[in-house]
Amino acid sequence: MTTTQKHPAVTADATPLTAHTERAANKIFFGLSTTAASLILATLAAVATFLLVEAWPALTDTSGELAAKVSWIKPEDGQSLIELAGYLVFGTVLISTVALLIATPLSVGIALFISHYAPRKLAQGLGYLIDLLAAIPSVVYGLWGAIVVIPVLQPIYEWISTYLGWIPLFAPAEDGTISSTGRVAMSAGIVLAIMIIPIITAVTREVFLQTPKLHEEAALAMGATRWEMVRMAVFPFGRSGMIGATMLGLGRALGETMAVYMILSVGLSYSFGLFNASSHNTIASFIAGQFPEANTQGVSALIALGLALFVITLLVNMLARWIVSRRAEFSGAN
Amino acid sequence: MAKRIDVNNLNVYYSSFLAVEDVSLAIEPKSVTAFIGPSGCGKSTFLRTLNRMHEVIPGARVEGEVLMDGVNLYDSAVDPVAVRRHVGMVFQRPNPFPTMSIAENVLAGVKLNNTRISRSDAEDMVESSLRGANLWEEVKDRLGKPGSSLSGGQQQRLCIARAIAIKPDVLLMDEPCSALDPISTLAIEDLIQELKNDYTIVIVTHNMQQAARVSDKTAFFNIAGTGKPGKLIEMNETPVMFSTPSERATEDYISGRFG
Repeated sequence: MTTTQKHPAVTADATPLTAHTERAANKIFFGLSTTAASLILATLAAVATFLLVEAWPALTDTSGELAAKVSWIKPEDGQSLIELAGYLVFGTVLISTVALLIATPLSVGIALFISHYAPRKLAQGLGYLIDLLAAIPSVVYGLWGAIVVIPVLQPIYEWISTYLGWIPLFAPAEDGTISSTGRVAMSAGIVLAIMIIPIITAVTREVFLQTPKLHEEAALAMGATRWEMVRMAVFPFGRSGMIGATMLGLGRALGETMAVYMILSVGLSYSFGLFNASSHNTIASFIAGQFPEANTQGVSALIALGLALFVITLLVNMLARWIVSRRAEFSGAN
Repeated sequence: MAKRIDVNNLNVYYSSFLAVEDVSLAIEPKSVTAFIGPSGCGKSTFLRTLNRMHEVIPGARVEGEVLMDGVNLYDSAVDPVAVRRHVGMVFQRPNPFPTMSIAENVLAGVKLNNTRISRSDAEDMVESSLRGANLWEEVKDRLGKPGSSLSGGQQQRLCIARAIAIKPDVLLMDEPCSALDPISTLAIEDLIQELKNDYTIVIVTHNMQQAARVSDKTAFFNIAGTGKPGKLIEMNETPVMFSTPSERATEDYISGRFG
C-alpha cells in the first residue's frame, strides 16, 4: 500500500528546510484558540467587575440610609441588606439542594439505562426525548408546575407531613398546618429537578458511553454481573463527568427565575420546613420580582444580591473542582 | 482446579455472520495450548467463546458445545457470570482499572465473589497473587499507587495477578504480549511456564516463536478469504506442528510462505 501512494511529487531534496507551508494555518489556529480562551477570562472578569462596581453603593451604604431609599428593605422588622441576603441565600441553596437531591440519582439512573441497559433502538428514542425536554423553556415548566403539578402534590404533602412530620424537613408550621396551596419550597425544588434532569442526563449519558470497552470487559471477564461491572468500571471512570454534569444542573437551578417565581409563595425565613407557605425565596426570583420597580439605590442593592449568587456559584464550582482533583491520580487520565 | 475443555462442533456467529465454523478440539488440563493463525481467522473470537465473553457483543451467539470437565458451558441452566469466575481472561492490551490502586486491582475479582474478607486475608491474597504473577518484588512498596502508574509489562502481570487471584480453573490469554517489549514478553512467558503447574492455559498469539516456546499443543486456524468463516485447520503437539505439520496450509503459514 505504501508503495502505491500517489503524493504530489515532493521529494525531501526539493523541499527546503526553511519552508513551512503549514506554518500559517498553525499560527491562525493558535491565535483563534488563544483568543477564545482569553475571551472567557475577560467575560468572567467583566461580569465580576460589573457586579462589584454596581453593587458598591449599596454595599458601602450604612443600612439605615439604604433602607430609607429602598422600599423592600424594612428596618422596622430589624432588616438590613445583609440579613435579607442571608434569607435569600438560604432559600436559594435549600431549593437548589432539594432539586439536586431529586435530580441527580434519577438522571444517573436514566443515563445508565440509556447507555448500558436499554436495547439500542429504545436507547436512541429516549436520548432524543431527553434532549427535547432540555429545550423546553423554563416559563413553560413554571406554568405546568403551577397549574398541573402542584394540585397533585399538595395532598401528598399533607400525607407526608402527617406521618413523617417528626423529620424537620417535613414538619408543619407552628400552627400545625402546612400550605394549603402547595406553593412551597418542595414544589419549587421538584419542578427545578424536572428541569435539570435532562441536562444532567444528557451529559452523564455521554460520559458513560465513553467508558473504555477494555475496562468493561475486564470487569465482565472476572465474573462481574452487569451492575457490578457498572460499579467497577463505569461509575469510577465517569465520576468527574458526573460531578461536572451535576454542576451544570446546579447552575441552572441556582439561576432559575421564572419557574420559581411562578410557583413559590414567597417569604423570608431560615425555616427548613419544605411544606411551609411564605417561608422561602430565591435570589434570582427576588431580583426578577423587584427589578421593574426599583430606583437607583434599589438596583444597586439588587445587584449586590446578584453578587451573592455569583459567589455561591463560584464556591460550589471550586468545591466540585476540589472533589475531582482529590483523586486525579486515579482518574484514568494518565 | 485445572479442568479440561472439550469443544464439539462449535459455530460462532456475529448476528447472521458465521465467524468461526465447526471447531472441535480438546484442551488438556495443566497444559498450555496455543492458537495461531493470520489476523481475522477467528482465533480470538473462538477463545472468547470459552468463557462466554463472546456473547457480550450485541447479536453474538454460538451453536455447539463447550464441555468443561463434562459440563456444557452453553447449557441453558449455566450462568455466564459463573462461567467467567471459573475461566479467567487476560486481554491483548493491559487493562488494570485506572481508578483502583495496585492492591485494589488484585482484589477486584475476589471482592465480587465474597464481599467480606478480613484485612489480613486480603493482604495475604494480594501478596500471593502478585508473587504468582512475578510482580511482588517490583510493587510491594507501592501497593496503594494507581495501577496505571506501572509500565506496560508490569500492568499486564498485574492483570494476570488479578485473574489468578480468583483461582480460576482455566486461564485464557488473548495475545497477552503483543503490546509489550521483548523483556516484558520474556517475563510473561516464564510466568506462563510456572502457571502451567496449576492452571489450564489457552493462549492466542501472533508470534509463532512464542507459540513454539511456551505451548504444549498448537492449533492452527485459517480463513479462506474475507467474509468467509475461520476454521480450525489442524491441532497437534507443538514440536510436531512446527516440524512436520500434516496440512500444507499450516506448513506455509509456519514457514512464512503464507498467502
